[in-house]
Amino acid sequence: MSATAKSDSFRVEPVPVRLEGCSKTFGNGARALEPLDLTIRGGETMVFLGPSGCGKTTTLRLIAGLESPDPGGRVFFGDEDVTRLPIERRNVGMVFQSYALFPNMNVAQNVAYGLRVRSVERRQRDRRVDEMLAMMQMADLAGRRIDQLSGGQRQRVALARALVVRPRVLLLDEPLTALDAKLRDGLRLEIDRLLRGLGITAVYVTHDQGEAMALGDRITVMARGRVAQIGTPQDIYFRPADAFVAEFIGTMNRLPARVDDGILQIGSLQLPWQGPAGTTTVLIRPEDVRLQDDDGVLTGMVSVAVFLGDRTRVVVDVADGSSIIVDAPGRTSVARGDTVRLGFDPARLLSLPDRS
Amino acid sequence: MPSILPARRTLLAVALLAPAAAVFGAFFLLPLARLFALGGGGAEGWGAYAAILVEPRYFESLIQTVLLSAGVTAVTLAISCVSGLFLVRNRFPGRSLLVAVLTFPLVFPGVVIGFMVIMLAGRQGLIGTVTEGLFGSRLVFAYSMAGLFLGYVYFSVPRVILTVMAAAEKLDPQLAEAARSLGASPWQVTAHVVLPALKPAFLSAGAICFATAMGAFGTAFTLATRIDVLPMLIYTEFTLQANIAMAAALSFVLGAVTWAVLALARSFAGSSVAAAG
Repeated sequence: MSATAKSDSFRVEPVPVRLEGCSKTFGNGARALEPLDLTIRGGETMVFLGPSGCGKTTTLRLIAGLESPDPGGRVFFGDEDVTRLPIERRNVGMVFQSYALFPNMNVAQNVAYGLRVRSVERRQRDRRVDEMLAMMQMADLAGRRIDQLSGGQRQRVALARALVVRPRVLLLDEPLTALDAKLRDGLRLEIDRLLRGLGITAVYVTHDQGEAMALGDRITVMARGRVAQIGTPQDIYFRPADAFVAEFIGTMNRLPARVDDGILQIGSLQLPWQGPAGTTTVLIRPEDVRLQDDDGVLTGMVSVAVFLGDRTRVVVDVADGSSIIVDAPGRTSVARGDTVRLGFDPARLLSLPDRS
Repeated sequence: MPSILPARRTLLAVALLAPAAAVFGAFFLLPLARLFALGGGGAEGWGAYAAILVEPRYFESLIQTVLLSAGVTAVTLAISCVSGLFLVRNRFPGRSLLVAVLTFPLVFPGVVIGFMVIMLAGRQGLIGTVTEGLFGSRLVFAYSMAGLFLGYVYFSVPRVILTVMAAAEKLDPQLAEAARSLGASPWQVTAHVVLPALKPAFLSAGAICFATAMGAFGTAFTLATRIDVLPMLIYTEFTLQANIAMAAALSFVLGAVTWAVLALARSFAGSSVAAAG
């Protein structure tokens, strides 16, 4: 598909999306989204990531035009202010978790629907639907009823239906959540290739950090109606802005430490440190911790060792009662009860602002 | 577990089905056959059935009844569809009270509904009084087909509205959102997505509405005088003229015609569903 996805007839002019002071308060007074300023670059895939109720779907629906922002908030597609345009006049493509395919129409009729309501002439409509189905490798399914399709096929029909009208922005609301794990991985790759190939501005909402990392040019991590961090997947993973982002993305160890006279003390390790004296927490990823035979910063006892093939995940109980998760190479042989020493490169330590 | 031989299994199945078959025969097939035979057992013999088609009085009554029921069904579906969808999509203070009030006519027998139609559009009715005050002449339609039509619609709306609401509540709201995202106007969403999805509900509710209207008697009997729907005709033949054979023939035909119209509607809907798929 990667080759055909670059087909010029589906290439679209990338349109940036800008939100200005968009907040959303629902009728019952609940604030779903705090005022948000955000720019999504043309052709970029922006992923909104967060737990349920964090405001990511509300943001997507504001961009779609299914919800309107509280007074004062404005939504721009390029230079055009679309705040007052309803969804049917914004020319967006939308893909839903529940697929939302029309059960009274077959595959080709579903894909053709957007062209039908745009009164595209019959012959041209048929041609574009055929091209789209061929591009999604579904030409042989054109006449199928929707209830004869698998979940993965349904979501591909939904993608085809959203893309055939050449939308300015493609909006995807948890499109893979209803699929089982294996299909999810396959379709995720397909969506990735499709988005790169088309160069379309895309907004992707998910609660799955793996999907977010794999698909996002940039990720907006959200919590309780606010943006916690916006950045590339690497930014989010290696330089989390706060404790929430650090804990939500991947696995993170908290190391108890003390600061005295500008010196940070973790186990036997001493580092020059700026910051107020007292107890503090520094963070480190499991893959940045090493098991070693001598020296080491901390000493502890292995409580769990799980062989995962490419790596062995080891949980080590250290002296002060906390546990540290270590991702060691797969060939590491440690067993429960072994005493191990833990070492790490001080450059890999993360500290967070005080408000955490 | 010892396996049961196929022949014995069949025997067992027949034995287990026997009670149901006996009840079905005794309370459905036999009475129907007896009714059919009765229709052909009068002075005119089987000619009674032919008379329904040949004699204008019977034939016109049959056609009138079918047209009235079809009209009632169409209007009821239209009213219920609009108000049912509105009630499902909108939440407002007093909504549940309104739903309760709308379903209120369910508790009334046809006689009471006929009485209410007379109070509204009868000789001393509200509409008559108002029109006399405004135009100088009384508008009275309670004792005609129009009065019967009004009563039947009033009687049928609650049943249909509840069915439509139940079906509309189960509709995935993302279907309509998907259609809108593709550029469909609200009217197009309704025509292309919502109504097709509600079709099964319309079909079953409409069938019940039609069958009820075909056989309704109480309202017609209350309004009486100038109305000649089939159930009234059967009553007249049976009690006043003691023409039992004719009454039986008419009864049988009433059932057969209702069944045929419903079967037709069902197969038409079924074929259109298949054609769409």
